[in-house]
This record gives sequence, C-alpha cells and structure tokens, in this order.
Amino acid sequence: MSAAETTFVGGVLVPLLYLLSAVLFIFGIKGLTKVRTARRGNLLAAGAMLLAILATLVDLGTIDYRWILAGLAVGGLVGAVVALRVEMTAMPEMVALFNGSGGGASVLVAISVLWLQMIEEPEAPGATAAVALGPDSAVSAVLGILIGGVTFSGSLVAFLKLRDKTKIAGKRLSQPILLPGRHLVNLVLVLGALAVGGWFAFATASEAAIGAGAVVVALAALVLGVMLVLPIGGADMPVVISLLNSYSGLAASATGFVLNNNLLIISGALVGASGLILTQIMCVAMNRTLANVLFGGFGIQDEAAPAGGAADEYGTVRSYSAEEAAMVLESAEKVVVVPGYGLAVAQAQHVVRELADLLESRGCRVLYGIHPVAGRMPGHMNVLLAEADVPYEQLQEMERINPEFKETDVVLVVGANDVVNPAAENVPGSPIAGMPVLKVWEAGTTIVIKRSLSPGFAGIKNSLFENENNIMVFGDAKQVLQELVAELKQAAA
Amino acid sequence: MMGPLLISVYVFVLAMFVGFEIITKVPPTIHTPLMSGANAISGITIVGALYAAQTGTVTVSNVLGTAAIVLATINVVGGFLVTDRMLGMFGRKTKKTKP
Repeated sequence: MSAAETTFVGGVLVPLLYLLSAVLFIFGIKGLTKVRTARRGNLLAAGAMLLAILATLVDLGTIDYRWILAGLAVGGLVGAVVALRVEMTAMPEMVALFNGSGGGASVLVAISVLWLQMIEEPEAPGATAAVALGPDSAVSAVLGILIGGVTFSGSLVAFLKLRDKTKIAGKRLSQPILLPGRHLVNLVLVLGALAVGGWFAFATASEAAIGAGAVVVALAALVLGVMLVLPIGGADMPVVISLLNSYSGLAASATGFVLNNNLLIISGALVGASGLILTQIMCVAMNRTLANVLFGGFGIQDEAAPAGGAADEYGTVRSYSAEEAAMVLESAEKVVVVPGYGLAVAQAQHVVRELADLLESRGCRVLYGIHPVAGRMPGHMNVLLAEADVPYEQLQEMERINPEFKETDVVLVVGANDVVNPAAENVPGSPIAGMPVLKVWEAGTTIVIKRSLSPGFAGIKNSLFENENNIMVFGDAKQVLQELVAELKQAAA
Repeated sequence: MMGPLLISVYVFVLAMFVGFEIITKVPPTIHTPLMSGANAISGITIVGALYAAQTGTVTVSNVLGTAAIVLATINVVGGFLVTDRMLGMFGRKTKKTKP
C-alpha cells in the first residue's frame, strides 16, 4: 500500500471519496432518527456504503478479483434473500443475525491482516507485531478480534434466544441461564484474552506463536460472547440487542485502527454511539442500570424461592368469555390497546387492526399505548403494528398515553404483563419498583387477554388482574381477538 | 506533532460526539429501523475485508478475507434491505388511513 499512497488515486482521490462516504453516513444516520426522513436516510447510507466499496476497489487497482467478486456475490445473495423473505414477526432475530455477521467479519479481517503481515509476507522478519505493524495497529488487532468475537457469538446466542425454539437441559433458551461461577469465568476470559493478546502483539516474534495467539484470543472472545448473553432473559433482550449493535460498530472502528482507515473509524464510532444511545433509552425505560441488566440475573431470586412464589396467590379474578368482553367493548367510546410480546408470539397484529377498524366504524376512538421495552427489541411493537397498516399517528408513547387513561373507557391489554403492573408504583420492595409503566388501571375497565395467570418476566404477581374493574379473557391472543371480532360483527348485523 | 495513532484517536472521539449529537430524541416508532440501519452501516468492515482478500492466491489471509467479505456483505445488503422494507411499511400509512 505504501507505493499506492504516493499516487494521486491512492493518496488523494480514494481518501477524499472515503471522506464523502463518511459524510453521507452522517446524513444517513441523521435521517434515520426521524420518521419522515428515515427511508431517505437509509438509502443515503446504502449509497455511502456503495461509494466506499467502489473507492476501495479503485484503490486496489488491477488485482485478481475472482475471490472478491465471489465473496460479494455469495454474501449479497444470502443477505438479499434473507432480508426479503423474513417475516416481520421474525425481525428481532434477523437483526441479531445481521449484527453477528458484521462482528464476525471484523474478527476475520483482523486475523487476516495479522496473518498476511506477520506470517505470509513479513516486511520485517523477526520483528514483533508491535514493531512490524506499529503498536497501535497491533493493539487494535487484538481489540478487534476480542470485540468482534463477542459480537459474533453473543449475537448468535441472542438470535437463538429470540427464536426460542431451542431448549437446554429442559429449560427454554429465552430464560436466563445462569452458570455457576460465571462472573469469575468471564473475568478470567477477559484477562486471559488481553494477556495472550498483549503477549503475541508485543513479546514474541515467532510466527507460530502469533498465529496461535490470534486464534486463542478469538476463541476466548467467542466463549465470552456466549457467556455474557446466556444469563440474559427474553424481556431484557432490547437492551442486549442495542448493546451488541454498539459493539459491532466498535469492532468496525477497531478494524479501522488496524488498517489506519478513518472511514472505518468514523462509521464504526457512529454505530457505536447510536447503539449506546438506544441502550441508554432501553435501560431508562426499565429503571435499571446497564450493569444490573448484564450481571443482575433479574427475576432469578424469585425462582430460587419456593416454587411459584407470589405469582400463585391471586384472590378473586374475574374471568369473562369473549362474548361477554365484546359486550364491554361495544359500549366503549375510547379504547386503548396495550400490546406486548404475547402479541408478537401469537402473530395477532392483523387481528388487532381488524378489531380496531370495527370499533372505529362504530364511532369509537382507538389508540395504542406502546411501552418502550414492550417486545424483544427497541420499537418491536411499532414494527409489528406498522406491518398491519396501523396508522402510526395512533401509536402513542408512554408519556403521551398515560394522562389519557383516566378518560379511557376500555384498555385492551394483549400479551403484556410487567409493563402494566401497578406494583411498579405502589409496592416499594418490588423487583420492578420505580420502572415507568402504563397506568392502565386508571381507565374505566381493563380487559387482559392472556393464556394464564402465570407471571411475566419479572416473576411477580400482577395485582392489576385482581382489580374490580379488570376482566381476564384467557386464551391465545389471536384466537380471542378473532372471537371478539366475530362477536362485534354479529352485534352490528 | 501528532502521530498517525493520535490523529486516529481524535477522529474516533470526535465521530462518537457527532453520533451522540445527531441522534438526539429518537421517537420510539423509529427505534427498530435506526438500529437495523446502523447495524448495516457497521458492515463498513467490508472495506477492510476487501483489502484482506486482495491476494489472488489461496492463502490463509486470503481465505479469511474472503469469508469476511461474505459475512460483511450479508450484513450490508441484508441490513439495508430489511430496513427499507420496514420503513416502507411506515410510509404507506400516510397514504391510506382509515377506510
């Protein structure tokens, strides 16, 4: 590359194209933060990526392109097919998977650069990596392998957890899986990886040792990624997905430091920042610190206590049939739907919309109250309801909908639990105490569609279910909603 | 004078600040697309992968680089397409509201 740097193309044109690309990325991300400009922002960012790739190909000049083209073709095909075919309900796991592939790419690039410059074509044979590549590139390579590896395997575990089709030792993977001594193991893995990384970067000139060291750090990072995500439960997934998103950016930045490429550093930093902001938003929405999410093992204390715990101790709960619930809805003038993960599981978003249309045709006003951490990723409910063509003007954020519950006749809670639990406000010792929740109990009547009285992720009782003005309709969300639709249609006819 | 490492660190820190500044007040509606779009941008590693795979002969670095191209391209192409699909759904609402 040193020869190319002296030429106009490699030394001036390509870096300027990279700068243009970085600027376009900034405009793209800025666009992505507003509903109106988001699609344009995404296109802009895609254009910036294309520009960056073309500039790189120009920089590479005339070389053997077969491998590069094959890689681009295979990756492009797989990515396109998956992206166009995936169901909207499978979006969280898809994002996790794409995220992981980005992290994996960072690991491979870092190892590849080390291998090329230290083993295959050493410019200074017999020198350590810190001398041959410069200490900054050597350190960045270690960090790139570490962060990228954690992103890769962590995202794969997140993917499996979100799919929730795998069981380990009879336990669903979406549950927190707490291995004994995991904090110690993680500490050993981090320190060990850094020690091995420091050693092969600074202390040895042996080719075999450098190669083996890079592989050992990569393996440690992969195990660490698995260990870090296994203890996280399904409801904490929005935090973890955002954090892994941030990591994938930082891994790209680390790769940029290895290659002395500012475009990678800038783009990676932008992604790192956006991931951290989302992580922060998700943590605030759960009233928990990031450390608590990552290491807390939330809800586990309850499990260790006598089986079932408080969740069984329900007093009188009013259980209605769909027919009876439909009669309550019939007379309502204002209805707020509160969706939760159960809506996604039952794929009930279209039926909800159908029910809302029916109610609206009877002159009822329908809104949706969305809790920021409802579902399994940031904005999960919004994507689902958008797929069912629910106008986004009807989707209300927590702060905006909370004052409205007092004037609401009926709140329909579909597959949500902890985000509507009054315990967050009136039980100081509760695990969710202080978490901002949707104050649905202030409405005239609440109808909760749920399979059973089983506790939500927090593992605690929901006193909403015992309220005098609450009605439980037990069953699968989609089925119950379909019955409600049928009943309302019948009533109209 | 600043060495190349220091310049890179400057660039990194300033870019983080740019990120924090432009991503203020994200409406929850857009959380998923923002995340998935940003995720696609993290596929910028593809530039590194292209440099890594450049040798024509089959070597360890070349094979690793090519594998990196595959992974990064999945990230980039899949990420941008899926984001566009999602945002397409948000957009169509402004046209057809209530029947």
